[in-house]
Amino acid sequence: MHSTTESFQKNFALFEHSLNGESELPLHQLRRRSLERFSTLGFPTTRDEDWRFTNIAPLAATQFRPILVSEPHSITPAQVAAAGYAGQSGQRLVFVNGHFAPGLSQLGEVGNGATVSNLAAAIKADAAAVEQFIESLPATKPDTFAALNTAFIRDGVFISVPSGIIIEQPIHLLFIGVATSEATVAHLRNLISVGENAQATIIEEYVSIGGGGNHATFTNPVTQIAAAPNATVNHYRIQHEQELGFHIGTFHATLDRASTVNSITFTLGSAIVRNNTSAVLAGPGAHCTMDGVYLANETQLVDNHTTLDHAAPNCTSHELYKGVLNDRGRGVFSGRIIVRQDAQKTDSKQSNRNLLLSDTAIIDSKPQLEIFADDVKCTHGATIGQLSDESLFYLRARGIGLAEARAILTYAFAEEVVEHIAIPELRDYLETLLNTRLEH
Amino acid sequence: MSQQPILEIRDLRASVEGKEILKGINLTVNPGEVHAIMGPNGSGKSTLAQVLAGHKAYEVTGGEALLHGNDLLEMDPEERAREGVFLAFQYPVELPGVNSTYFLKAAVNAVRKHRGEEELDAADFLALVRQKMKVLDVGEALLKRSVNEGFSGGEKKRNEIFQMAVLEPTLAILDETDSGLDIDALRVVADGVNKLRGSENGMVLVTHYQRLLEYIVPDVVHVLYNGRIIKSGGKELALELEEHGYDWVKEHAEEVGVGQ
Repeated sequence: MHSTTESFQKNFALFEHSLNGESELPLHQLRRRSLERFSTLGFPTTRDEDWRFTNIAPLAATQFRPILVSEPHSITPAQVAAAGYAGQSGQRLVFVNGHFAPGLSQLGEVGNGATVSNLAAAIKADAAAVEQFIESLPATKPDTFAALNTAFIRDGVFISVPSGIIIEQPIHLLFIGVATSEATVAHLRNLISVGENAQATIIEEYVSIGGGGNHATFTNPVTQIAAAPNATVNHYRIQHEQELGFHIGTFHATLDRASTVNSITFTLGSAIVRNNTSAVLAGPGAHCTMDGVYLANETQLVDNHTTLDHAAPNCTSHELYKGVLNDRGRGVFSGRIIVRQDAQKTDSKQSNRNLLLSDTAIIDSKPQLEIFADDVKCTHGATIGQLSDESLFYLRARGIGLAEARAILTYAFAEEVVEHIAIPELRDYLETLLNTRLEH
Repeated sequence: MSQQPILEIRDLRASVEGKEILKGINLTVNPGEVHAIMGPNGSGKSTLAQVLAGHKAYEVTGGEALLHGNDLLEMDPEERAREGVFLAFQYPVELPGVNSTYFLKAAVNAVRKHRGEEELDAADFLALVRQKMKVLDVGEALLKRSVNEGFSGGEKKRNEIFQMAVLEPTLAILDETDSGLDIDALRVVADGVNKLRGSENGMVLVTHYQRLLEYIVPDVVHVLYNGRIIKSGGKELALELEEHGYDWVKEHAEEVGVGQ
């Protein structure tokens, strides 16, 4: 019935064949179960409430070639530096079409028992530990794309920071998609565990580098973060892949007692992007910020579905998503906040603001509050606006041309989120990235 | 041979939402001159300032305005600014998220590019700005803030004059720059304006009160009433107005036939 899932089943047979004995491991049973789940669920359609505004028929209709082994590529370190964030030294793990590229990466000593490795190496070293880690994280709700990702688990990152360890330098993960003469797919899995009183900063970036082809790339990553009691994790996700790309990204964080997870998602590219971003505040006193900036130009579609699940008392969450929609661009924001019965004294604030730069741009914004506790503070708001004529006139009266004035004011709209970035070099990088996109 | 005027306005008419506000303005500003335009509320003072800067809410229905002999009214607001027109706004807008340094640099370089000059890099720009800050006694903290965001009334007006100093316009139009200022702030702003007076540039001060003119002494004072300039004279005209009030002007207006 879901005939479009068939090509992925064929891919799976090829994938299985390429695993060389690894298919005997319990981890592979997890893959198989996930493939079954994927096949049962099938691709969602606009009849599914969670996908009402996001029609992924173009993705479902595409045959993607799996890239089973790391293929030779001609990407140079200079191209890597030009394509992504290069503002700091420290750990950088670079992946090309879903496979770790050690020659382009910088893996220094993290020390103190911390592990920063690519997932394929971690599986090779200790598949049982990886499998246990995945199983220990609470399952996200049944989702086709997460199931598809788990079915094809092979590479990505594995980061484990032991208790009390503070990793000062951000860990930069750069995922490069190379457009070739065929449509290709990468299922990346990132597993991040930050121990008690430990701290880490992760920059997860998705870019494209032209590879002489103009076919679609489909990036289907899943990132899971487990923050132990009193841990602090800063997570930045930056997506600016090619125009013909599909990107369905899943991010899930679990917050134990008094831990903090700050997540900022910048979405700038691709034909269809869907971000499923969720966090469970599972221990008392946890704090989560979930911010985002999304841009959709021409006929792009960017869909952010967020869930903040307050499962323990005295937790706080702040959410600010700002969207800029131009041309026939389309944005979707769905912000779900769940406050469970035990989650008394929850303080949750959600805000979604949108700037529409053309008459044909569209935004669908939907807050969803499900509150089962009685002593809580929850606020939410959504706005849709345009650039102010008076502000534009002020800039023009100083000699600044109309296009530049619009770009300046549009960037200013997004700046509120950019200033939440704790790393100055990364803030500058995002400023340049956004301004370049806005002046197109 | 006489110099070419900076600004020549002939029989300028303008409407807003179909209502005629300016009913035939004539005004010539020569290099080195400071003109004050006074008048009661609703006489059209701010409309004149906005029309000259190119605000699209005001529709020009007749007449002409020439800047150095070129048709000013044909130009977009940014072109006017690049040609040397500067409007110090009566109500400067707050621009949250727009960094003051970035904004000023974009403005300066837009003007320089237009003149065929090389754009300033960060270091040269900062040197220019620091020099102007010194002249106007403006603190460097201003550069780090968003444009006008959270500024007091006085700070906003001072920022306008600071921008004017950086952009060095040939024609500055100050729209009620004195309104809402206490006497100390007024003195600072007037001081700044006086430092920017020169033999090559012209200024138009739009004001309701004579007070500003104690600090910035104009060459010519015009009285605007009901969309027309009904009286022009030397700086002593401002004192006369102060003494007799605008009722005196209204009576005068009726005499010359420009009443309601």
